[in-house]
Amino acid sequence: MAEGPQGHNKPALSLHVPEPKFRPGDAVDFSHLRITQPGEQARPDEACHANETAILCHDLIRVLGDDDMPHGPWDPKLDPETLREMLGHFALVRAFDERMFRGQRQGKTSFYMKCTGEEATSVAAAMALASDDMVFPSYRQQGVLIARGYPLIEMINQIYSNKGDKLKGRQLPIMYSSREHSFFSISGNLATQTPQAVGWAMASAIKGDSRIAATWVGEGSTAEGDFHSACTFATVYNAPVILNVINNQWAISSFSGFAGAERTTFAARALGYGLAGMRVDGNDPLAVYATQKWAADRARANAGPTLIEYFTYRAEGHSTSDDPSGYRSATEREEWPLGDPVMRLKKHLIALGEWDEERQEQLDKDCMEKVKATTKEAEKNGILGHGLHHPFRTMFEDVFEDLPWHLQEQAAQATHERKIKFPEKPPFE
Amino acid sequence: MSDSTTQEAPATEQGSERRLNMIEAINDALDTMLTRDPDVIIMGEDVGYFGGVFRCTAGLQEKHGKTRVFDTPISECGIIGVAVGMGAYGLRPVPEIQFADYIYPGLDQLISEAARLRYRSAAEYIAPLTVRSPFGGGIFGGQTHSQSPEAIFAHVSGLKTVIPSTPYDAKGLLIAAIEDNDPVIFFEPKRIYNGPFDGYYDKPVQPWKKHRDSVVPEEYYRIPLGKARTVTEGEQLTVLAYGTMVHVVEEVCRQKGVEAHILDLRTLVPLDIEAIEQSVERTGRCLIVHEATRTAGFGAELSALVTERCFYHLEAPVERVTGFDTPYPHSLEWAYFPGPVRIGEAIDKILKD
Repeated sequence: MAEGPQGHNKPALSLHVPEPKFRPGDAVDFSHLRITQPGEQARPDEACHANETAILCHDLIRVLGDDDMPHGPWDPKLDPETLREMLGHFALVRAFDERMFRGQRQGKTSFYMKCTGEEATSVAAAMALASDDMVFPSYRQQGVLIARGYPLIEMINQIYSNKGDKLKGRQLPIMYSSREHSFFSISGNLATQTPQAVGWAMASAIKGDSRIAATWVGEGSTAEGDFHSACTFATVYNAPVILNVINNQWAISSFSGFAGAERTTFAARALGYGLAGMRVDGNDPLAVYATQKWAADRARANAGPTLIEYFTYRAEGHSTSDDPSGYRSATEREEWPLGDPVMRLKKHLIALGEWDEERQEQLDKDCMEKVKATTKEAEKNGILGHGLHHPFRTMFEDVFEDLPWHLQEQAAQATHERKIKFPEKPPFE
Repeated sequence: MSDSTTQEAPATEQGSERRLNMIEAINDALDTMLTRDPDVIIMGEDVGYFGGVFRCTAGLQEKHGKTRVFDTPISECGIIGVAVGMGAYGLRPVPEIQFADYIYPGLDQLISEAARLRYRSAAEYIAPLTVRSPFGGGIFGGQTHSQSPEAIFAHVSGLKTVIPSTPYDAKGLLIAAIEDNDPVIFFEPKRIYNGPFDGYYDKPVQPWKKHRDSVVPEEYYRIPLGKARTVTEGEQLTVLAYGTMVHVVEEVCRQKGVEAHILDLRTLVPLDIEAIEQSVERTGRCLIVHEATRTAGFGAELSALVTERCFYHLEAPVERVTGFDTPYPHSLEWAYFPGPVRIGEAIDKILKD
């Protein structure tokens, strides 16, 4: 039998198990976070050597100051029309999230995931990309689809798995796919889209195309092997790809420390691979836009891939199946020092004299009504579990391009069962 | 109907028959497809300049260029994940996994992503990749260079599993796999890369040069996936086999003077159930032979199918000859390998009554 830990006189080793700073009931103090001054971060040329971004991997790129005005070289100098467009997407995403969350609580679907507080990391990033750049999103990038003008009714049909669902009711709600909008099919398996995005970007380069790829992954999922494979392939082949890490602090109930955040930043992962990297205030829409644009220009110029950590906060639960009050302090959301991206953009536009509270109120109302009306329209196609789903026969389609004999036999069996169970209904409906 | 066209060497003019071993036939198939289709891409560890550890891709980079045939990092997850993205773009990637034993870090990308992409996106996106990988034992590869993991893949909805047993088939099946719009696992039985193998490890291996199925036409041809090949006609029993075991079984039957109807399955998914049923209904006896471990191996599926579908024609219980349920032991490889003794005794048992 092996000696016990007391069987020697060497110093006892101890295991470190990370623990978040605040648990339910704790008072929150975020003063340990080093929040840099907006405008102080250098903006290297897009075609710079990856090494030149090293300092940006530990800093925090910020543009919007406490005065609600942009500062420094990362100011993307967006015109008011574009800023209002961005704010419009924000408002629509927020209204959509609210309505769909409520729909889940009303039993109209099984599941939903809000992106509250993280809207900028999708909307502003998508606006910095070309509309035909290919995106490989994770599950909290509804803002990309909305910024690209994907019809809301298609999103709701998918969430309700009804007969209008383009994906034939096969995917979990919010696992959208739209080839027309260069939006890749979402997988529930984490980080799998990162090497796929690199592969797509490599293919684009092989064919001499001009389109680039971008992908989004949560900070927790950077622990997956796929992420590291993706970084290796991206750097080895100089793939025209942007690897976005959304550090929203929480992977369900596990804080970012379980993905290694106690030792270094997620942006600093870039250094070991020779990727350009940067750590960005993810709640600063201008900083998100500017850095995504920088990375896109870099990729488009064949200057290399970029890894961007968007430092943000998941204001809501992980999903409708999660209760964050069970593991984190309720005041974290209010105390989050980087504020709320929607409020920050709104205040910026007001500070510019290009917006006011009345118009904001009207915008929020319009978005709410648009979502409400579209929801009602989508409900005509059915809600989950109420029978208005895709025709029964579609279950066996698309496993393979053609139906092999064993699936033909199983389809026949399913039809037979259907006839017994619902003799009044046609077997294929 | 099973495809028995490869029983005899295809008719060619005297003296112009081109005989290849399986490695050369695979190389020829890849060359053919790289030439025919600009979207075909070959990638994998050591496949570029060096031409692969088994030389299957020799000369292809030089001929087709570095962006069509290139080396990759040692990352099976990356190789397959990247290939899924390339497939979604519109390419037809043919990634090589150097040994099937190494494929496991890439399994999530194959099983959860490639295999289900068409289904989950309602055919908006497809992953038309062909993963080539040498598999099986018999070359003293030890437990990390000898595995036969085909049952894992055959179990997954949306993947096709292909295993050639001759140079002629290797070319035709690989071309069909690359042209297929579904993800395909193409397992290459490395024991028979250089010649057919009779199961007697202490005898010199016969090169492919004299074998009827080593005649490989230079031109493009494809063998449809899902069609078995009749290796020998016979009425005494049906033997279902694939890969290396096709040759071992053929030799055992020849030596024993048994007239077996040997079916080379060629593809496990889709499976040629018609050929299996027709044969077993005629012979009334069925032996299944594979190298992979026994429990929950593909032989279990075959045995169940034959029993379910041909029970009233059976004269004896369906038998399985397989590898043992242990890892592949390096020094005792030949004790593990399903050889002539194990196969011979199973045949005797089936023919007893």
